[in-house]
Amino acid sequence: MVEVHSVSKSYGLKAVVDNVSVNIEKGKITSFIGPNGAGKSTLLSIISRLMSADTGEVLIDGQKVKETKSRDLAKKIAILKQSNHLSLRLSVRDLVSFGRFPYSQGKLTKEDQVYIDEAIRYMELEDMQDKYLDQLSGGQKQRAFIAMTIAQDTEYILLDEPLNNLDMKHSVQIMKVLRRLADELGKTILIVIHDINFASVYSDYIVALKDGKIEAQGTVNEIITSLTLKRIYGMDMPIQEINNQKICVYFS
Amino acid sequence: MRDKSKLILLLILAGASIAGYMFIELGPNWDYALPRRAEKIAAIVLTGTVIAIATLLFQTVTNNRILTPSIIGLDSLYMLVQTTLVFFLGSTSMTVMNKQINFAISIGFMVVFALLLYRLLFRREGQNIYFLLLLGLIFGTFFGSFTSFMQVLIDPNEFQIIQDRMFASFNNIQTEVLIMATVLTGVTLLYLTKFVKYLDVLSLGKETAINLGVDYDYTVKRLLVIVAILVSVATALVGPITFLGLLVVNVAYEMFKTYKHFTLIFASALVSIVALAAGQMLVEHVFTFSTQLSVIINFIGGIYFIYLLLRESRT
Repeated sequence: MVEVHSVSKSYGLKAVVDNVSVNIEKGKITSFIGPNGAGKSTLLSIISRLMSADTGEVLIDGQKVKETKSRDLAKKIAILKQSNHLSLRLSVRDLVSFGRFPYSQGKLTKEDQVYIDEAIRYMELEDMQDKYLDQLSGGQKQRAFIAMTIAQDTEYILLDEPLNNLDMKHSVQIMKVLRRLADELGKTILIVIHDINFASVYSDYIVALKDGKIEAQGTVNEIITSLTLKRIYGMDMPIQEINNQKICVYFS
Repeated sequence: MRDKSKLILLLILAGASIAGYMFIELGPNWDYALPRRAEKIAAIVLTGTVIAIATLLFQTVTNNRILTPSIIGLDSLYMLVQTTLVFFLGSTSMTVMNKQINFAISIGFMVVFALLLYRLLFRREGQNIYFLLLLGLIFGTFFGSFTSFMQVLIDPNEFQIIQDRMFASFNNIQTEVLIMATVLTGVTLLYLTKFVKYLDVLSLGKETAINLGVDYDYTVKRLLVIVAILVSVATALVGPITFLGLLVVNVAYEMFKTYKHFTLIFASALVSIVALAAGQMLVEHVFTFSTQLSVIINFIGGIYFIYLLLRESRT
């Protein structure tokens, strides 16, 4: 379980994350939603030690993130941020292999190769695994990076807007993979996501942030209501039920 | 493996240029010329290796392939130290003319300056590495202006001494200094082996490196200290020469098209040795000492740099 205890972080005078406490359950997909600048990405960065909080602390399985060795954390928690610009000449397989660094420190073993193959298969990258990253489209690159975090074989996977730059087909593909990772392998997945319909259809829990504070949290049924969404986004959204899935119609 | 055969080819090329430098136009007094040439070639191998590795590390840490460590102002500081010494003590004083003392003073100043700069940078958490470059750039310009100011006031005869130091040169190296430099480099490179495995991961960027379990601040701090020591050694030994690093590291990247630093370290060091040894041959036999090696390097390096920029802007 990930426990966030009254975490705050400010840039200058502006509090980006303001006294946030939240518990995230194991083996589920938890989506972080909210307007731009609500502090979702910052919160994810703090949980994954990319940033340190000004006050408060984060515990993963009862261990304080601040006091855990970085290398040990890398076997427990993986984070993928939204912009991944690389100037290196790297093949897809090379990139995915980097996911094994916490275990083998650069010298790949046979066991590592098995994990790498599996991650590549999971993201359906087999036929392009020897291509170089600069030859790929934005979506393919994104999938390669996600494959790297899968190869890292961590219990917790944190993804910051994984659907950026992706078309519907690949968005759905990635969300389905995440669903499988949670259901089949029991991984705990935290994602920051902008499309609330993807959040509604694919996640178990939703945490809504606004102005650095938690505005609402709960199961999909509790959060995806016109009333709650109005509080979060400040706009009216009728909600339709299609095939037992709640779809927000926010286009008008 | 293709990388391996390329490395062997480079090794042969380096050996050939070293041998060429040692034996071409040796003349009848070989028992006099050979030890002197050996000394120079040792300095060339040392400087070449050191500059290449320092630049490679620096580019990896900054994730930028068109930077050289000279941007943190060590070259300018070296010139400032030399000018200040001549300005206050005169060109005939021991401190200026005795190479060992001069070497120690220059290295001392450069390393202490770099450490202070890093302290400033890493005191606050999460500071951007470009802040370091910006600070270094400003300090470098400041040192440069101050140096020119003193050079304008100085006696023209004394200025000659400084002018000599403004260009990297292998023509006047003392054995004692060379030994000091070799020992210092050896210890530093030994320390570097602890961090080599992190270099590939660091080249993926800060966030990915942290995600993969690299203790980022700790590692980068140590790598930057290594860079500072290596650059200081090379500069104090032969003069400002960091531009060479930009040239050879990029040639190594072009030749090997790999991200593996284990290969790149050897490749760029070998390219660097070839460039220096062949360049020095040109200086001695073609230009008969009418120009300095660093002038040739800056000329060729400059053209290559422009080519790089043009090509990058097209893609």
